[in-house]
This record gives sequence, structure tokens and C-alpha cells, in this order.
Amino acid sequence: MARAVTTRHRTIATVAAWIVALLIFFPILYTIITSFKSEAEAIQGFSLIPSGTIESYAEVEAQRGYFHFFLNSVILSVGSTVLALIIAVPAAWAMAFSPTRRTKDVLMWMLSTKMMPAVAVLFPIYLIFRNLGLLDSRIGITVMLMLINLPIVVWMLYTYFREIPGEILEAARMDGASLWGEIIYVLTPMAIPGIASTMLLNIILAWNEAFWTLRLTTANAAPLTAFISSFSSPEGLFWAKLSAASTLAIAPILIMGWFSQRQLVRGLTFGAVK
Amino acid sequence: MATKQTNSLARLMMAPSVILLLVWMVVPLAFTLWFSFQQYNPLNPIRDGFVGFSNYLLFFNNPAFIASIINTLLLVVSVLLITVIGGILLALLLDQPMWGQGFVRILVISPFFVMPPVAALVWKNMLMHPGYGVFADMARFFGLQPIDWFAQYPLFSIILIVAWQWLPFATLILLTSLQSLDGEQKEAAEMDGAGVLSRFCYLTLPHLARAITVVVLIQTIFLLSIYAEILVTTNGGPGYASTNLPFLVYQKALLEFKIGQASAGGIIAVILANIVAFFVMRYAGRNLDR
Amino acid sequence: MGKIALRNVHKAFGATTIIPKINLEIEDGEFVVFVGPSGCGKSTLLRLIAGLEDTTSGNILIDGRDVTNEAPAKRKLAMVFQSYALYPHMTVAKNIAFPLKMAGEKRDIIEKKVQDAARVLNLSSYLDRRPGQLSGGQRQRVAIGRAIVRQPSAFLFDEPLSNLDAALRGTMRLEISELHQQLGTTMIYVTHDQVEAMTMADKIVVLNAGNVEQVGTPLELYRSPRNLFVAGFIGSPRMNLINGRPAEKLNATTIGVRPEHIVVSTTAGEWTGIVGVAEHLGADTFIHVNTDEAGTITVRTPGDVPVQHGDTVYLTPDATRIHRFGESGLAM
Repeated sequence: MARAVTTRHRTIATVAAWIVALLIFFPILYTIITSFKSEAEAIQGFSLIPSGTIESYAEVEAQRGYFHFFLNSVILSVGSTVLALIIAVPAAWAMAFSPTRRTKDVLMWMLSTKMMPAVAVLFPIYLIFRNLGLLDSRIGITVMLMLINLPIVVWMLYTYFREIPGEILEAARMDGASLWGEIIYVLTPMAIPGIASTMLLNIILAWNEAFWTLRLTTANAAPLTAFISSFSSPEGLFWAKLSAASTLAIAPILIMGWFSQRQLVRGLTFGAVK
Repeated sequence: MATKQTNSLARLMMAPSVILLLVWMVVPLAFTLWFSFQQYNPLNPIRDGFVGFSNYLLFFNNPAFIASIINTLLLVVSVLLITVIGGILLALLLDQPMWGQGFVRILVISPFFVMPPVAALVWKNMLMHPGYGVFADMARFFGLQPIDWFAQYPLFSIILIVAWQWLPFATLILLTSLQSLDGEQKEAAEMDGAGVLSRFCYLTLPHLARAITVVVLIQTIFLLSIYAEILVTTNGGPGYASTNLPFLVYQKALLEFKIGQASAGGIIAVILANIVAFFVMRYAGRNLDR
Repeated sequence: MGKIALRNVHKAFGATTIIPKINLEIEDGEFVVFVGPSGCGKSTLLRLIAGLEDTTSGNILIDGRDVTNEAPAKRKLAMVFQSYALYPHMTVAKNIAFPLKMAGEKRDIIEKKVQDAARVLNLSSYLDRRPGQLSGGQRQRVAIGRAIVRQPSAFLFDEPLSNLDAALRGTMRLEISELHQQLGTTMIYVTHDQVEAMTMADKIVVLNAGNVEQVGTPLELYRSPRNLFVAGFIGSPRMNLINGRPAEKLNATTIGVRPEHIVVSTTAGEWTGIVGVAEHLGADTFIHVNTDEAGTITVRTPGDVPVQHGDTVYLTPDATRIHRFGESGLAM
């Protein structure tokens, strides 16, 4: 019997998978569709065909100042990620290339800090932030997001760096490269893909973080998570606007996510599943 | 010689991360522990002072506490069940040869990238709204009475939303693991006369065991601290019907300013998380040894 | 020039001794093979010479200069690694050029040397590819190219052929030997494969558990192994090692006879036995005979000897080529 997959099998699988996938994607799709409706259309009952108006988008910016929050989201997620990388790259580097007997324990301990429930330290952090004047400041939230993601960043970088074979570094040494030569010509180019995917995943995590960003900001430093949460009040019943705001809030990260899905598996499972 | 130098350099390179995380872990936690034995109310500071274990007793005797623990566990376990079983089925489906597999993957993974407040609000308003939601439209189409989801089944509604957010994660990881299953093994099992079902039970499932463990452990960490989804939908209600432990602690601390009780609740949350963490650590540690 | 000397070189990791004191002289232009079973310390020894590991005590001299504490780059050695260790993000040309670039050579000289090396190694049409796009044999050549461009005083090879398939291994063996003839540079080659050792080496160093068991030319080791270990390790099929009565008759604890030094007869001989398996290789046939006197004996006969499983045969060892070993395992 030939091992070729029959067309029938393939057709059934295709149809079933597409139905399930569209069902799962439906809430997002419907949000995008609704964002192009007028408020009157939005509550007229189920319809997949919008009139195509962009008035909701215009109003989200005009009435609620969307761009301010978007900018905060960018600053906080990119800022905290860059900060985390600056601190984590040397650490992961040291652990991957000159491991000691305690390296493993340090890594495990770092991961354990990630498991501390945020609520347990809510009030102390709130107090510290208030006394340092960091409440609702971009710097404060950036540091906060950096801290909560630092363990994941160290871990991810470590699993990437560890895959750079030691023999390559030895080859560079034999080839007469100094420590700097080794770092500039061999290590860095080989580490960049790992650093890039770590960066991407971390931006996604920071962008979607919805505990500290909600509790430690009010207006000035509030990112999109806080902006969207403000729609939970009865105003949220303006569905077209909610949809437009939601679409704007998730679109950039959704697109980044599509590009990083492979790395996502690796990153979130600490290299346990590839 | 050279090795000693590298070692001290390595320590220097690790220092910033270690010190930052140490401070970040120890200082606030010490505060919380201290507060959990204090009467402390910023609005009414007259009776402030050391009170022993009474915060813990108060917290335990609060009917909301028991409700919140049960809700926390229900939330975690239900979402885990839905996502793992659904994830396995979905991964098996997506692993079949088909047209447009890449695009299907992208559709399925998308909900994971939706920030929690958006996910919760979209579900609450556009799908589950008793008047204008898509579910209500569907119910009326079939001649049924629309359900007021968040009033009648508040916790179930939240479980549904959270499961929607995490199903893609489970699917993606299980699918990745499934694709690494050795084709020759499958063929060998086929040669040995194993049918589809026994191939799944004796070959696929054991192969997935590692990925399933990873999914369960990682999701548990995140599910134990679900917060935004509750905040923007039910606000913990009606009553305490959809309040979990993190939400209760938040209410005590920042709404009622009962800092002592909130801190006691926080410490309980830490203990709960540590029980889970113990297993995560053991598992991740084993992976490190490979 | 590439004269390398090891003086009392000793290596230990913590309390575990990997290499007890070793003394070894390698002459300029020699092709030396370190051979031994896995874990015998041969790779560690090579890495000590390369400078990738620190010696615990003792000295390493290259052309009379003590390099024990010098960094690998300063020793003027080039190394070909088992995994080839090519830089995955660089093209073949850049890989080969890398040591020259590190040495600060001028660009036009680098260009010329890379072209020359590529021509010698048949890599000219692959210069713009990356290692990931090459076959195993091509990667191997790039690794060699990277080693030869800097004209080192000696080449170090760490099991360079173990990742190649059998046919390619044969070809590369020849190419490396030819390269040695052309360049005349000292080469130190580590392998666990005694065939590679026998075919390529001017001088073989047999290592076992960190100890040097014997040093000599391939034929010296073949003709007069110093002890049981060398006797069993060098030669294929392995030498028959026989204890008991046949050995006692010759006043030895163990005697050894190579399969090619035994005559098979269907009528008469010293030992009687029944054929177990006969492996027909075409030119040769290896017959495994179960004898009463000497246990299972492997015999190498011409390909056209008509024996089959179950036949009774008579074996006679060549008396002048029997190796005798004493109680300590040393040759007598």
C-alpha cells in the first residue's frame, strides 16, 4: 500500500481544522469587523459585513487619546525589555560559558522568583512606589516590568547561548582570536538570533502584562492595558469604539506574535519543548 | 591561572541580575510578612500595632476566603482540563496533512497574544452580553431564552474566557512535541499490528507526557494569579461568586485598606504558589541535566 | 619547524588523574597518531598540546621553546576539530580567512591565500556558501583549509573523520596523507580507529588509561607489540590471544597469533576445530573456528578456500610468528 496521503483524508482534515481555527479566531475577527461598524450597526444584531466606516477609530483617538496610551505601551515594553537584556546578557553569558557547580542552583532560584504571586507584594510595592514618587511614572513601571520578566530573559538567553558549541570558541582561540575577537567576530553573530527572539517574546509579555500596569498607573504612565480596562465601565457599551480600541491594542503584538510563535514554545517552556 | 580570572569575571557578570532579583524578592516579601502580623490601616491609624496571628484568623474566618480558595482551585483545574484535553485533540488535528496549515496555526495561536483586558471585554460585551451578544443572538435564533452569563454563571464565564486565552498555548506546545515524534516509531508500531487507538495510548500519549507536564506547570503559575479578567468583567461578584485569592487580596489591600489581612492573604498565596513551584522546580531541574 | 616535546606532562581534574606523567618527542615533519580506546586520554593529551587545557604539571616544548603557560593562539598550532567547529555565520571564504584576519594580514594577501587553499582542497566553487549548505566531506575540507592557511608549525587533528561515512573516510584519509606529503608539516592525529593509525602514521602512540603503552612505527607495533594491550589493539581482525595449554607448551602465560599467520587444512594440523562462521569478503575469508585446544580462533585465508559452517578443519600457527606474553602481560 502506498504511504501517500489520500486526497479524501487531506480534505477532511483541512475542512475540520479550518472550522475549528475560525471558531477559535472568531472573537478576534468579530472585534475587527465590529470596529468598522457605526455604534448603531454594532448593536443591530449579528452581522459579518460592516459598513466600513472608520469613525470609531477617529473617536477613540479624539475622545480617549489612544495614542498617549499606545506610546506608553511601546515605551514600557521596549524599555523594560532592553533594560532586562542589558542586565541579563552578561549573566546568561557567564552561566553558559563558564558554568560552575552553583550555576544550576542560581538559575533555579531565579525561576522561583517568577513564581512569587504578585498580590503577595502588592501593598509593599505600592508603598515603596508611593514613597519614592514612582506611582504612575514610566521609569517606575519600566523597572517593575523588567524585574518580573528578568528571570525568563536570563533563562531564554541561557538556553540559546548554551547551544553555541564550545568547540567553536576553542577553534577561534586556536585561530588566534583574542577575547575581544572571540566576542565580536564569533560569539555575538551567533548569539544575535537568540537575543532577538528573547527580545520579541519579552516585548509581548510586557505589552500584555495586566496586573502591575493596572495597579501602579493612573494616567501619565498608563499603557493600553489600563486604557482598555477603562472600557469596563458602562461606557464599554459603545461597542464599535471598544472594538476599535481593542483592535488597535492587540494588532501590533498579534503580528509580532505570529512571527515569533516557534520561539514562543522554546521560550515559555525554558527549552524543555522545541 | 586563566580559569580563575574567568570565574571572577563570570561572577561579576552575574551580580547585577542576582542582586536585583534578590532585593526584589526579599524586601517586599519581608514587608508583607511584617504587615501580616500588624493591624495597619492608613485610613484609621489609631489602633495600629502588633496583633499576632489574628489577621490570619480573620482572613480564615472570612466567608470570602473559603470561597476565594475554592474559586482559585476551580479556575485553575477547569482551565487546565479544558486546555490540555482540547489542546491534545487540536494538536492531533493540526498534525494531519492539510492545505493552509501555516495559516491555520496562525489563527489558532492568536488568542494567546490578546492582552487579558481585551479578551475579557470582548467576550463580556460582544459574545456573552445577554441582550446584544452573539451568543444571545444565536439563542434567539434557535428560539431559546438568552443566558445572562455573568449574572448566572460568573465563574464559568471567566473560566471560558481564560481557557480561550490559554488553549492556543497548550495546542502550540503539544503540536510542537507531536511533530518531534519519530516517524519510524509510528511505523514500527504499525508493523507490530497496533491500531490507531493503541498507537495513541502507548506511543503518542507517553511521548506527549513531557509536554503535558510543561503545559500544566507553566499554566498553573499564570492561572494562580488571574486578575485582570475578573476586574473588567464581574469585579469578583455577584457576592464572592467569582473572587479568587489574588482578587480578594487586592480588594482587602487597595479597596478596604485592611493591610494586615491582605498581607496574611498574600502570605497564604505565596505558600500556595510554593507548593506548585516545588514541582515546577523539580521538573525544570531535571531538564537542565540533559 | 614543528618539533614538539612533552616533559613529565601530567593532567588531573581534581582528584582524578587523566594523564599520569608522559614523556614524548615528536620530530619535525612527523605524522604522529595517538590511538587508543575512548576515554584513554588521547584527546586530552592533544588539547594539552593545543593549550586548550592547562597542564597540572610538566612542560610542553615547541621547537625548544617552553609554551606550557602560553595561550593557544601563541603556539602557532592549527587544529581540526571532530565537529569541524566551522563558524556557521561566515561563508567558506571567511571561515578560511579568519585566522589570517586575526593575525592582521593584509587583505590582498588573505585573498590570495584563501584562493590557494581552496584550490588545493577543491573548494573553489563553494567559497561563497555557508557551512550549513555543505556536505560532511566539504565541511571537513573547510576545516582543514582554515588550518593550513596560517602555515602553522604543526597540525592537530581531533578524530576528524569520525563523523563521515565509511567511503568518505577512506577518501579523506588519503587526502590528509597527501597533504602531509605536500606540506611536510608535523601532524598530530587522534583517533580510536587503528586502521587510520596504521595507514597514516609515521609513528603511532598507543594510549590506554592515560598511559603510553608503546611508541613505534606501524610495522614495529604490528611485528612486535610490547604487551597484550597493543597486541590486541593493533591489527584487524584482532590477534588471537590464547591462554592455557598451548601457551604453557611455549612457557608463556598467553600466546598471540595473528589470523593471517595460521594455515588451514582439511586433513591435518596442530589444532582441530569446527567452523562456526565463515565471512567471505571476496579477496579474503575470515573463518571463526571453535577448537578444543585453543578456544575460538579467527583465521584469515584467501577468498577461495571452500569451507562452510560445520566443517571440521585443522589449524597450524606459523611457529616463527607466535607472540609470547608473560604473567604481567609484557611480551617475552
